[in-house]
Amino acid sequence: MKHRTFFWFFLPTGLAMLLFIAFPIVSVVIQSVFAPHEAVLKTVENCTPLVGCTTETTIDQEATREIREAQPLGRFVGLDIYLDRGHLAITELAQAWESSDNWGDFWSGLFNLPLYRALAFTLTFTFIVTPLLIVFGLMIALAVNSLNRHLKGLMIFFSLLPMIVTPLIGSLILFWMVDSRGVIGSALVALAGDPNFSLKASTGLTWVMLIVYGVWHAAPFAFVVFYAGLQTLPKDQIEAAQIDGATRWQQIKYVVVPHLMPLVTFVALIQLMDNFRVFEPVVGFNAAAHATSLSWIIFNDLGGETRQLSAASATSVLTIIGVAILLSPVLVRTWRDFKGK
Amino acid sequence: MFLKKAALASTIALWASGAMACEIGARVNIIGNEFPAIQTVGAGAAECTGAEVTKNLTADHKDIHVAGMQGNPAEYTSAIVANSTLTILMNDDLVRPLDDLVAKYGQGLQPSQLITIDGKVMAVAFMANAQHLMYRKDILADLGVEPPKTYEEMLEIAQMIRDKGIMQNPVGGAYAAGWNLAQEFNNMFIGYGGTFFKEGSAEPNVNSEAGVNTLNMMKALSEYMNPDFLTHDSNATNAEYRAGNVALLNMWGSRAATQTTADGVTEEVKAGHAIAGPMTVGGGSIPASTLWWDGWTVAKNISDEEAEATFIAMMNGIRPELMQDAEVASQAVWLIEGYQPTDAAVGVFEAAQAGTKPYPMVPYMGLMHGALGNELADFLQGKESAEQALADVEAAYRAAAMEKGFLK
Repeated sequence: MKHRTFFWFFLPTGLAMLLFIAFPIVSVVIQSVFAPHEAVLKTVENCTPLVGCTTETTIDQEATREIREAQPLGRFVGLDIYLDRGHLAITELAQAWESSDNWGDFWSGLFNLPLYRALAFTLTFTFIVTPLLIVFGLMIALAVNSLNRHLKGLMIFFSLLPMIVTPLIGSLILFWMVDSRGVIGSALVALAGDPNFSLKASTGLTWVMLIVYGVWHAAPFAFVVFYAGLQTLPKDQIEAAQIDGATRWQQIKYVVVPHLMPLVTFVALIQLMDNFRVFEPVVGFNAAAHATSLSWIIFNDLGGETRQLSAASATSVLTIIGVAILLSPVLVRTWRDFKGK
Repeated sequence: MFLKKAALASTIALWASGAMACEIGARVNIIGNEFPAIQTVGAGAAECTGAEVTKNLTADHKDIHVAGMQGNPAEYTSAIVANSTLTILMNDDLVRPLDDLVAKYGQGLQPSQLITIDGKVMAVAFMANAQHLMYRKDILADLGVEPPKTYEEMLEIAQMIRDKGIMQNPVGGAYAAGWNLAQEFNNMFIGYGGTFFKEGSAEPNVNSEAGVNTLNMMKALSEYMNPDFLTHDSNATNAEYRAGNVALLNMWGSRAATQTTADGVTEEVKAGHAIAGPMTVGGGSIPASTLWWDGWTVAKNISDEEAEATFIAMMNGIRPELMQDAEVASQAVWLIEGYQPTDAAVGVFEAAQAGTKPYPMVPYMGLMHGALGNELADFLQGKESAEQALADVEAAYRAAAMEKGFLK
């Protein structure tokens, strides 16, 4: 393609990307290095029902307005927000390092900090769910593909259901089922033989539940992609393998999987990104006491009574950096392939 | 059920429109919480004619009211607020002083309804609220004990109920990690005589003896709760009570009237439901609870005509005639003239008489509440000491307060 043609061809996409991807990122970066002005406080008399009048502190609006008008963006704080306890927590990390005698102490100090605690769950979730959903997706795809063609349509529909259900609704349904008075919850209590057994009260089991949910929800996506890929599998290759006496397992291992490999990369890429942004199950399962994720921290900063825009922006930027690091091996490989050609 | 309510609402509407005409000359748009008393106020405001009255009453009002009032002109002309949310709106200078409008249209308001800050009326309160004891009088009568006056007594009674095999987990509490858990901490902390901030500053002061006592008491109570307590907000806690699984709980007064009217409440609970004032703790005399009011404001970033229309419409939503209706009167502890307290109001009135402190209205309390909600769950799960949990709260609060410019 000529450069000129390419330019006009790409222009609408490029503009949309600039508007909807580049500008918001720039805006988030700017918001993360500015914080609200220092509050000008004054003491005033408050009168409320049933209590009478008391002396309270409030914000001096006139003084604050002057400062705001002079510098509408707020005060420049550089990387302060990134380094504070809510984010990278450099000071607290150094303290934990100095005061701990062994790795155990250091780890518990580390996971007491919100960002690292969230990272621990986010990464565990990402690296367990992604391979599992690829394996399950492939298994379902192979199973459905070998069905009688009359049954296929029905099975595809049912296999896709978990993905069709809204994530928040799906997690809420499972949340009530595992409640200590729910179907699964009561069954587990009976199995464990302990009336106080509760899945929701245990951090380990909560993580397992979230991971099971994650696989259940995302496996259909892998299934659809692999199933489409299987339709392009050349019949002659399989027949050749059969004539050579390959077992079904050998056919899958040496013929089917290599054929689907580009799709595996694609699914892994998309799902690494998606799982790193895990959010709905943490909210749906009310699991914040046991498992938090980077996206949940952003939500929490924005959803409090006092919104912390700078803190939320800093976590957003860190999430973008995290996604970039996660995807870098795949991206580097794609770039090399491109250069090679 | 729905039909009944709808029929009732329309009867009230017909009767009210006959009684008083409410004419407004500009748009009114209300944002607020969604419990029954606020629905009544919203419906009253919407009866006005002459211009459009719209309302958005939702439990998520706190997430959108700042954004909805920041623009100029503001989307919402009125926000229905409580102690904590008025502070949030005032932090961003989003509400209008009401003195001129009160003078012009505010006849019939009681002086106690005017929320006055620095000499200016910033909100008009219409109801009071507090968390207080709800209990099963049938179960306590069987045991031959009086309803608990202190949290220590509550623990003793809970043990008795468990020992007798009546209930495995007789105590209820809205201990869901986040806002609810922090609110339960606030109640108990005030009961132990704690102060959230060092005198005259935004420096945190929760890592104290009162703080440690508070956490230990919460932990002791949680031993008698459903093991899922860290996921139970006030709705889930009420569901447990209504199902007859819980005999003692600290619950919002605004829920007292509807506690036995929801679907699926067992007959035993209907017959045994009773309420009392809030409990004290640790030998203190101040109840372990906080006193709240709910009221409405008028947005700052709107024209004078809209402010006037909003004030008139909201006044129509809290007019004294509404108090004649028994259904409305039972919905809340109204601060409106002519209100005759119902049985459901006992708890809140006792709270006020016992000297319950109001929820703090300082600008940085929201950040403290958030830090408490995020950091206390580890202690209640037995993962860290009370001192460590409180140190974490202070550190988390400090980081947030520095970002927001309250601390240097």
